[in-house]
Amino acid sequence: MTLLSVQNLRVSFPTRHGTFEAVRGISFDLGRERLGVVGESGSGKSMTGRAILGLVRPPGRVTADRLDLEGQSILNLPERRMRKIRGRRISMVMQDPKFSLNPVMTIGDQIVEAYRLHAGGNRAAARQKALDMLAAVQIRDPERVMGAYPHEVSGGMGQRIMIAMMLAPDPEILIADEPTSALDVSVRTEVLNIMDRLVRDRGMGVIFISHDLNLVAQFCDRVLIMYAGRIVETLPAKDLHQARHPYTQGLLNSLPRLDAPVDRLPVLQRQDSWRNGATITESLETEFPGGL
Amino acid sequence: MLTVDHLNVWFGHPPDRVDAVKDASFTVAQGESFGLVGESGSGKSTILRAIAGLIDTWSGTIDVAGKFLTARRRDRAFYKTVQMVFQDPYASLHPRHSVDAVLSETLRLQGMDDIDRRIARLLDDVGLGRGFRFRYPHQLSGGQRQRVAIARALAAEPRLLLLDEPTSALDVSVQAEILNLLSDLRAEHGLTYVMVSHDLAVVGHMCDRLAVMQGGRIVEVMAVDVLRQGTPQQDYTRQLIAASEGYARA
Repeated sequence: MTLLSVQNLRVSFPTRHGTFEAVRGISFDLGRERLGVVGESGSGKSMTGRAILGLVRPPGRVTADRLDLEGQSILNLPERRMRKIRGRRISMVMQDPKFSLNPVMTIGDQIVEAYRLHAGGNRAAARQKALDMLAAVQIRDPERVMGAYPHEVSGGMGQRIMIAMMLAPDPEILIADEPTSALDVSVRTEVLNIMDRLVRDRGMGVIFISHDLNLVAQFCDRVLIMYAGRIVETLPAKDLHQARHPYTQGLLNSLPRLDAPVDRLPVLQRQDSWRNGATITESLETEFPGGL
Repeated sequence: MLTVDHLNVWFGHPPDRVDAVKDASFTVAQGESFGLVGESGSGKSTILRAIAGLIDTWSGTIDVAGKFLTARRRDRAFYKTVQMVFQDPYASLHPRHSVDAVLSETLRLQGMDDIDRRIARLLDDVGLGRGFRFRYPHQLSGGQRQRVAIARALAAEPRLLLLDEPTSALDVSVQAEILNLLSDLRAEHGLTYVMVSHDLAVVGHMCDRLAVMQGGRIVEVMAVDVLRQGTPQQDYTRQLIAASEGYARA
């Protein structure tokens, strides 16, 4: 079943030198799966996530032939209606918890506020829900953390708190924009495990935006590779290392590897033809490889 | 080239004193590339900053090229021997100084002559070319800025470069270019590197030996082959290697 259907999505910004298109006509469908979006800085991957949530500020312009959430268009909805979708039906976890949490509000108050905004209910019920969510993201002493301020918790804990807050209203889609880039490797595994479990238990669709190819290959079911605002290749995550597009291959080769030492790293030679060439699509055996 | 012995670094005063580095000792030979790895807060960058003279609350001995350093003061000769490259190329260049101003100021401070020719050579060395000489940081990409930061460090013709996460703010394709550049420069100029990184694969690629840090202590010093084969002595190092191999679905 398709949760989100995107057809020919474009995001453009007027500049002094004419219009700049950050996203140049991308199309994909998201089911109850983990979809990875990979690319380098400036490839338009974050802008795609923001466009879906209606977070592109004017003078930025979002156009699409179709941007449907379960069959209903959510393209350029008025802010009042978008607010009913944002957080409740589509949630977003951003890169750095330091900048996403309000520094002058306790963590408990923030989760309760976010939850009541979407689910209503009284304070006591919301508080209980917040405690349950904190426990669900494996925070050992939820009572204490409820009363703490964001600067009093570590980065990994902050990111788990963000996940707790974003998943409290049971959204259908979670957009995770570099959710573990600011974290240490050991904490990263823990945060991903928690996200994985919650997402699987609730049958959510996930858009996982990252620059880390290997991480995406391991966490996701399917991967879109973006270059200069377009999707250059889509393939099942498990086949990432058999990628056919020279850009994807180049990215993979430029990573240093512990098991295969080399004297010099191969350097990516960018080609103009990648900007407008056709998307390489792996024929998928099942609709959602990797299974659910 | 560099000997660090029983180094302690702390911040603040009791009772709030934080011991960031505890009893760290290691040596780096002339021409060697040495890595410091560990998680955030393990004290790896703090060691570099103590060596560079950016922190004055330390004890123990630091010996650079046969000279013992004292708490804070570093003479000009020191900065002719040791230079540092920082993590974030966006923050380490002055936004209103052109590449030319950045490099000529450094060269003049080091008492160099023939500045014009040296700038041209530095830019060639880091693969930028002379066309970049009068650009400002906002006209450069992240990789190009890091090249300017490396050129600035090379301006003093140092023998020891302290590299604090030099590629972690860059895309992987740009990271490959910068790592290749650093390898080339080391071979050309006979430099010694001390490189801090959280990325084991980067350290494995660049370094001959490395120290693994946890909670301010060096838990293990090993050759890079030990890292590659995954046969370290300490449990913590094994965990770190396992975690860095990526995420395995539970």
